[in-house]
Amino acid sequence: MPDATFLDSTELVLNMGPQHPSTHGVLRVILKLDGEKVLGADCVIGYLHRGVEKIAENRTFAQFNPYVDRMDYVAAISNGLGYCLAVEKVMNVEAPPRAQTVRVILTELNRIASHLLWLGTHALDIGAITPVFYCLREREEALKIFEKYCGARLTTHAFRIGGLLYETYDGFEKDIRDFCTMFLPKVDEYEELLTNNRIWVSRLKDVGILSAEECKEFGVTGPVLRAAGVKWDLRKAQPYSGYEKYDFEIPTRQNGDTYDRYVVRMQEMRQSVRIMQQAVDSLAEGPIMGKVGKVIKPPVGEAYVSIEAPKGELGYYVVCDGATQPYRVRVRPPSFVNLQALDRMIRGGLVADVVAVIGTLDIVLGEVDR
Amino acid sequence: MGKLLRTIFLVDLFQGLWVTFRNQNPKYIYTEQYPQERPKVAERYRGAPRLNINPDNGETLCISCNLCALACPEALIVVTSQRNETTKRKDLTTFTYDTSRCMFCGLCEDACPVDALELTQDFEMATYTREGQIWDRQMLEEGPRPTQYKC
Repeated sequence: MPDATFLDSTELVLNMGPQHPSTHGVLRVILKLDGEKVLGADCVIGYLHRGVEKIAENRTFAQFNPYVDRMDYVAAISNGLGYCLAVEKVMNVEAPPRAQTVRVILTELNRIASHLLWLGTHALDIGAITPVFYCLREREEALKIFEKYCGARLTTHAFRIGGLLYETYDGFEKDIRDFCTMFLPKVDEYEELLTNNRIWVSRLKDVGILSAEECKEFGVTGPVLRAAGVKWDLRKAQPYSGYEKYDFEIPTRQNGDTYDRYVVRMQEMRQSVRIMQQAVDSLAEGPIMGKVGKVIKPPVGEAYVSIEAPKGELGYYVVCDGATQPYRVRVRPPSFVNLQALDRMIRGGLVADVVAVIGTLDIVLGEVDR
Repeated sequence: MGKLLRTIFLVDLFQGLWVTFRNQNPKYIYTEQYPQERPKVAERYRGAPRLNINPDNGETLCISCNLCALACPEALIVVTSQRNETTKRKDLTTFTYDTSRCMFCGLCEDACPVDALELTQDFEMATYTREGQIWDRQMLEEGPRPTQYKC
């Protein structure tokens, strides 16, 4: 880190968090300041460490399934999908088409719910109080669908290895269609509130720039990477769960600043609605559970499956030694990898920008610490 | 020029304020008046556990097969049974369910072969003691009795 330059001041070390509300959980950032300018930042993580990967080694494959929901609890369904796909790959089974379509619908709905929570809290960090109420209002509709489908709102445990346990409820398709038609005007409403708002624009433009090269160096994925102009989306690059059937675009922007990441996420919500509409239309009758026995005992082997979670590439690496319990489960969480770019993004910025940059990274500390 | 005028007349800010005022309509009230009005939870909601009894004779449906205890990731269910010499079947003696460690994943009710154990729509499970969180067979059969406050 460079030394302080402002007059004769020495640099000031400021401790931000772990209880600071803008750190979105229990992140502790040690800031090195030169007056108002940030010289560097160190992240201290681990306050929410529960040893989920170690827990996996003491649980059967089916028993570990509820725990993955508790990593990224804002997008629990994406976590469940990643884990189920990884175990299914080791077992060499595939979920039936109907199960895949329902999985896509719920995962995209979860992406919208995750982005809505991000938008609300990010706007709240910047100082716009109103959007959070509207965002949570629409998120509630999505959570109601989750509750009706699988009985829980947040830590859903919606998918099982090999397919689905729950058949869709009566009126599921109508609920999804109603949500899609209801939701698109609401996105316009958020954009009306924020996109052209001068305070919003001046707080976000050219703040926390991360270029495409730096993104690749850090291994940053998700909307942060796409805002830097890299057209990389695992739903297109390595389609899973039948994503190749749906027609959607990968929104990208060029500057890679905080404002671009906001625009990319807003467009992603619209694309998710598009995918959901297509998936609901193609929802065909059929079985929902693949050929999986009551006791899940995969053969010796290993598999890595990565999916496009709302926050970026979410990978599950499962090693099996032929027992009913995994030998090792390694999670590649998007928030953890994205968080390491924080120092680069806020260097040279102001203290107030730190809040904006932490918000725009869309981290969930449950996933960072695991 | 147009952009300058829009900046001077604060068009962007008034646009946002118009959204706020549009949403002031009382028909958009979403607040739940919780203790007065109970929220209607979904049919598949996974809440307080219940051990079902046969409504005809009041006997438990549980066959003490222990599958729920084996399925539970947190191993919080303890089932004990006694062998009945006349019917040659296992009779349930105690059934404890530690709701303080439960994460309501629903694996126990999936495992139950006779639909005896079920996660119900009750969600008011607060107690004043930690011991009160550990439910015995009687409590599981009767369901939670949340304190009713009247004013």
